[in-house]
Amino acid sequence: MALKVEGLRVYYQTLRGDVRALDGASFSVGDGEIMGLAGESGCGKSTLGRSLILLKPPMKYVGGEVLLDGDPLPIWDRERMAPYRYKKVSIIPQQAMNALNPTRKIGRLIRELLEARGVSSRDLLPELKRRLDLVELSHEVLKMYPIELSGGMKQRVVMVISTLLDPSLLIADEVTSALDVSTQKRVAEMLVGFRDHKFVRSMIVITHDISILYQIADSILVMYAGKLAEKGPTEAIVRRPRHPYTQLLISSLPEIGVRHTERRLSGIPGSPPPLLEPPQGCRFRERCPVAFDRCREEPPFEELAPGHLVACWRAHG
Amino acid sequence: MKRYLTRKLAIYILTFFLAVTIDWVIPRFMPGDPVQTMLSRANLRAEAVEVMRGYYLKAFGLDVPVWRQYLNFWVAVFHGDLGVSVYLFPKPVSRVIMEAVPYSLALLIPATVLSWIAGNKFGAFAARRKWLDNTLLPVGYLLNATPYMWLGILLAWAFGIALGWFPIAGAYGFDRTPSLSLGFILDFLWHWFLPFASLFLVQFGGWAIGMRNMVIYELEADYSQYLEALGTPRGLIRRYAFRNALLPQITGLALQLGVIVAGSVVTEIVFSYPGIGYLILQAIQNQDYFLIQGCFLFIIIGVLLANLVVDIVYIVVDPRTRRGMMGES
Repeated sequence: MALKVEGLRVYYQTLRGDVRALDGASFSVGDGEIMGLAGESGCGKSTLGRSLILLKPPMKYVGGEVLLDGDPLPIWDRERMAPYRYKKVSIIPQQAMNALNPTRKIGRLIRELLEARGVSSRDLLPELKRRLDLVELSHEVLKMYPIELSGGMKQRVVMVISTLLDPSLLIADEVTSALDVSTQKRVAEMLVGFRDHKFVRSMIVITHDISILYQIADSILVMYAGKLAEKGPTEAIVRRPRHPYTQLLISSLPEIGVRHTERRLSGIPGSPPPLLEPPQGCRFRERCPVAFDRCREEPPFEELAPGHLVACWRAHG
Repeated sequence: MKRYLTRKLAIYILTFFLAVTIDWVIPRFMPGDPVQTMLSRANLRAEAVEVMRGYYLKAFGLDVPVWRQYLNFWVAVFHGDLGVSVYLFPKPVSRVIMEAVPYSLALLIPATVLSWIAGNKFGAFAARRKWLDNTLLPVGYLLNATPYMWLGILLAWAFGIALGWFPIAGAYGFDRTPSLSLGFILDFLWHWFLPFASLFLVQFGGWAIGMRNMVIYELEADYSQYLEALGTPRGLIRRYAFRNALLPQITGLALQLGVIVAGSVVTEIVFSYPGIGYLILQAIQNQDYFLIQGCFLFIIIGVLLANLVVDIVYIVVDPRTRRGMMGES
């Protein structure tokens, strides 16, 4: 098991109290697994991703444990976490296009970054060039400033930088969201390539776009309002979702071959509950078409079939 | 690159032309007549007045039509001839100015450069220390909002009159003549300190506030966050942030130059410091057309040159402008 997360709770401190953005998450990601993390905006998926590498105010660690390759990760301690960053856990940030210092040439930026982490940049240069080839970038980019690159090129540069030290876990946060559809597919395939080349052992791909996950993810974890709703193999989640929220999420996607002038796409009525004072019981209750009395109690996140976990009384009942 | 520089240069030349024209026009629009002033000062008999008037008008070149005077003025400017001072007659204006310039520069350049450097360092330092941010920065706002002459007067009163630590007038003691002796230099520095301090302090506040805000902004920028997530030591992130935060400060310096010169003019007046500013006041009070013109001409050239330098520095330090220009030309 590459990554194991147990009961992780991360809140945001605000003047009005704690926002429970991540309220008890337990899951694991296997060796070589690409796990998709899906959900609406504000459901806590980015919070989960970021807390695994850089947990800093206003984020607040409340509880839970994270094991990476069997070793506990001290995610609550900013200083003690530093040696693990980049080398063990790495991230492709949400705003990858702005993630490069505008006044440094990319080659020099990489050199300074590596030297600062105590890695010889000269030894890594051949590997760096090999990986640039892999993402179809000319070696010339090393002599360029970020403004000379297109958005897609910057994205790929960041992908190469983030994975240069072969981290065990890579968190890819909305990497495809700012790209056009054809570039999205290429970038998604490159992520899979990184895994296949063993640049990274396992990967968490955070996105609100389930169709991308369907292409690249081995498993999908769906979050709702700071809680885990359902996790399972990609096929199972897409074809046979068990949580009503996942079902609605999947059915709100356009399907190829269906003319939507004839059948309107259905959204999910209502909006997620406030996380400042979340309701008791199942957090999806208010919007759920099949809610019943028992939903006032919190449903456990339990295995339904091997590797398929759901937090819903209906599915368990 | 070349196209950019030629375009900039063209703008500077146009600015120079307009500024110098205004400089020529303004004294002539002032009420009063400098020749009349000189004549009344001389206290002559009536028939002598007419003779002297003719002589002075010819000496100052005021006996030709206005458009001719304007052309003559440009020709003379390019010959380095700024005319003859009225109130220090018959001393040439260029000599009067050259005597005042060292004092002005000795105030302006150290005050501007040191306050810029110190303000930037301090601002970046304060940005990451809450207690400094909360205590000393309000002082920075106060300093920045202070008019130059008011702070000058305050310092002169506190350290010159109340405490008596520093002299409040002149560039050196009345009993001394300028020389390169240690005694004179110490005396000069002693007189120099208060006007320098008042110029320095006002500017320092502004730079510190600007830098503090910029550094906080840069440390929150996406690239800083990314580096932090990759476990980069704080030193490198701060170095990047400081470097990038400096860019708007350089632009700020270019924008502020005119204000700084104006500030130094009033500061010199407060401390009766014999620089260009003090000279301007004397020239205006004595309706000395040529001296006013000369002083302003000097300031125009100085500000334009300094701006040009800042422009070039900016090209050197910001790759974005540099690359952008290469793509364009």
